[in-house]
Amino acid sequence: MTTLDATQGRLNIEASADNYLTHTRGVLSWILTLDHKRIGVMYLFAVLSSFFVGGVFALLVRTKLLWPDAVSWMTKEQYNQLFTLHGAVMVFLVIIPSIPAALGNFVLPIMLGAKDVAFPRLNLFSFWLWLAGAACVIASLLAGSFDTGWTFYTPYSTRTEFGGVVWVLTGVFILGFSSIFTGMNFIVTIHKLRPPGMTWFRMPLFLWAIYATALIQVLATPVLAITLSLLAIERMFHIGIFDPAMGGDPVLFQHFFWFYSHPAVYIMILPGMGIISEIIAVHSHRHIFGYRFIAFSSVAIAIFSFLVWGHHMFVSGQSSLMNTIFSAITFSVAIPSAIKVFNWLGTLYKGSISLTTPMLYGLSFLFLFTIGGLTGIHLGTLNVDIHLHDTYFVVAHFHYVMMGSALIAMIGGLHHWWPKMFGRMYSEFWGAIACGLVFVGFNVTFFTQFMLGSHGMPRRYYLYQPEYQIYHVISTLGAYTMAIGFFITAMYLIHSLFRGKLAPANPWGGRSLEWQCPSPPPHDNFPTTPRVGDCYDFSIVRWDEKEGGYIVDRTLDPELNPNAPKRSSH
Amino acid sequence: MTAIDSHATPLADPHAPAHPPGGAGHGDGHLHSKYPFLAHHFESPAQQFDSGKLGMWIFLATEVLFFGALFALYAVMRFREPQVFAFASQYLDTIMGGVNTCVLILSSLTMALGVHFAQRSKTGPLLVCLILTFLGACGFLVIKYFEYTHKFHDNLKWGPAFYMPVAGEHGAAPAPHADTKLVEVPPASGTAAPEAVVSNVPSYKTPPVDASTIKAGSLGPIGITSPSTAGEAGEGTHGAAAGHGHGDVPHLYDPDLPVDTHQFFAIYYAMTGLHGIHVVIGMGLMVWLMVGTIRNRFNSNYYTPVDLVGLYWHIVDLIWIFLFPLFYLIS
Repeated sequence: MTTLDATQGRLNIEASADNYLTHTRGVLSWILTLDHKRIGVMYLFAVLSSFFVGGVFALLVRTKLLWPDAVSWMTKEQYNQLFTLHGAVMVFLVIIPSIPAALGNFVLPIMLGAKDVAFPRLNLFSFWLWLAGAACVIASLLAGSFDTGWTFYTPYSTRTEFGGVVWVLTGVFILGFSSIFTGMNFIVTIHKLRPPGMTWFRMPLFLWAIYATALIQVLATPVLAITLSLLAIERMFHIGIFDPAMGGDPVLFQHFFWFYSHPAVYIMILPGMGIISEIIAVHSHRHIFGYRFIAFSSVAIAIFSFLVWGHHMFVSGQSSLMNTIFSAITFSVAIPSAIKVFNWLGTLYKGSISLTTPMLYGLSFLFLFTIGGLTGIHLGTLNVDIHLHDTYFVVAHFHYVMMGSALIAMIGGLHHWWPKMFGRMYSEFWGAIACGLVFVGFNVTFFTQFMLGSHGMPRRYYLYQPEYQIYHVISTLGAYTMAIGFFITAMYLIHSLFRGKLAPANPWGGRSLEWQCPSPPPHDNFPTTPRVGDCYDFSIVRWDEKEGGYIVDRTLDPELNPNAPKRSSH
Repeated sequence: MTAIDSHATPLADPHAPAHPPGGAGHGDGHLHSKYPFLAHHFESPAQQFDSGKLGMWIFLATEVLFFGALFALYAVMRFREPQVFAFASQYLDTIMGGVNTCVLILSSLTMALGVHFAQRSKTGPLLVCLILTFLGACGFLVIKYFEYTHKFHDNLKWGPAFYMPVAGEHGAAPAPHADTKLVEVPPASGTAAPEAVVSNVPSYKTPPVDASTIKAGSLGPIGITSPSTAGEAGEGTHGAAAGHGHGDVPHLYDPDLPVDTHQFFAIYYAMTGLHGIHVVIGMGLMVWLMVGTIRNRFNSNYYTPVDLVGLYWHIVDLIWIFLFPLFYLIS
């Protein structure tokens, strides 16, 4: 069999001389590239830059809250703009594109065994759209910024005197289409470009998660696009659809907004769960537990996501019948989420766990997502929500899910695939230190906010009663700790690009297809159509000294080699 | 689909395997040299065609949801104020709307014929069909232009502009580029402007059918009543809120007009305007196809763009087929 596996070893180092990074040169070869790997890397750079910007906004907000009177260089208007910008940048520019568009673009076709996504031009176009959307967000700053919160609730958003609202709406509209086109591309790629042998149930779970995400992107985002268009028209032409003074209905805006934005929460978390499925299985070197349950729970979450938007509006005057129904469906989301967590724990159980940096992020995810998920049950409970609505409890909850889960998973995935993307290893020592700082900093920041919220501190306020100050100080110190952690991460990752030791094709012992092509991958991904096996069967993955990494050893596969040693059951 | 099977040989060609045998190197190499349109990451023309088609269908699903949100908005608004919709619908010109429906359906027919000819490599008839479809789209927009112009002339607009007095008859051309006028409506003037102008104009906007001939009972619980009555009957909903929202100015001095009639026109312009934008995009795609046809790009092996634009054009047509009865035929 002339499969990829037989080409492991020395050949790879020569093959990697011509990789996607060195295939062609020049700025134009990047800007006009149709290669999904380069588009993924450009997305990654763009998303991480936005993450830096959004993070700086967050630090400024936390600094103001440290001592509102003393931090007099920030006016209350600026504070409102900063938390709005932090939310808008983090949601629309960072988290939504981070895993699907950046990591997904890079990894998905390789994992699948395809040469590219189905529509490479559309893929590049969606990246340009991302840039155009980001440009509009920047333009909104020049046009007078905005202070509506990232949710743009009417009627405030149609009346606020800050002039950047229409610009940012345009930007989010464009970003929405970027997201739609990425989703379309992934759905078609997964349906039509699977090589022989890659059946639906042999796909790595990351692909299932991306597939479920793409479904939501395609089905929910158009509704946001039209809602924001209506809002922009309302603001520019005063058509009155959302204006109570004109016979319109501002709550209707909330319904439309959350009809997208609740599924959008799952656009953010589902791919993160996919990454965790990969990380947990690969780094504990054990077959994933309950493959089908994890796969189907992704799809179940995608379906449920369309039915729970009303839980954002328990106090907006919905009928109590609707509130009850939405509350009940919200509880049911806990089932597929918990299925995933139990399956990950089942995978860890009796696995031979390597405490690598990606795995540390994976374990952090398990811890943080459990807290974020369970506090979601608090907020889905009607009477508790009435008390906690619009307090810091909500802020803490969605940061545990959005940041503690989605972004931590993204950073874990970044570490997991970093050697594959750039062909270099980073410092595991600094990786562990940074992960520890982020984990501790995160909990100090946001667990404190649960207490703050349950004591009644409302969100989005810049002033507070003196008894809240101690919590705000602790929370802000946690944020600074996290910032140091991310700073160290940025340093050792950049350092690794230049000084890191060359990465083997398979540094972690993965079994899926991306670990069977060289690091970094060649332009066409696979010289031959790859052979697909059970991507979580690690019994034929073994360490190879000469390679300096793991290899998938077909001679250990009893299906191909009858003389293979009997594998131990997992 | 039988057309594809019988005429588009390579797509159904059993010798063009969907996937080459594993490990056989570049098993698809000869296919790529045989079909220059075959992108490098596809194994066969069939795979490429299927991918394009699936992608287009997914895009159409997003289009349906895009308009679906507006249809939902329409449903909510009409459910709340059926009498407004029944009343305001009379202002729309059913003849023009009907003609436009026929024009669009005919253009869908010529588009379908175009796909048919493309599958058979008949470039001449394909070009004719594309031109006819393009002309159909032009015709639709011209009629739509006259409809819009007429409404602008009568101040049948959204928001506060609805309550401005109709321009004098001698004013002839009601701003040929009505769009420039839209921009002038200042967002904040919503409450002030009507007050200023409305006060000395006794009546305007006579509906084609005398409003009083519509029986209040047939028009919902509120019926066609004066704003104050509507406010009482409105049971604390925005009907009441709107009654006082503009200060003391009633919505219209014509007591037969239901409150919030402007809301009908807001959603009318939003939906037909968005549909019009789609028609314009369709015209651009037609031109692109015409250029491709003249350059002989399409034949029975490769007609994916014609097929996909055809799908797009049909959904634009389909959306109008829903818009027409929902706006024009409800009075």
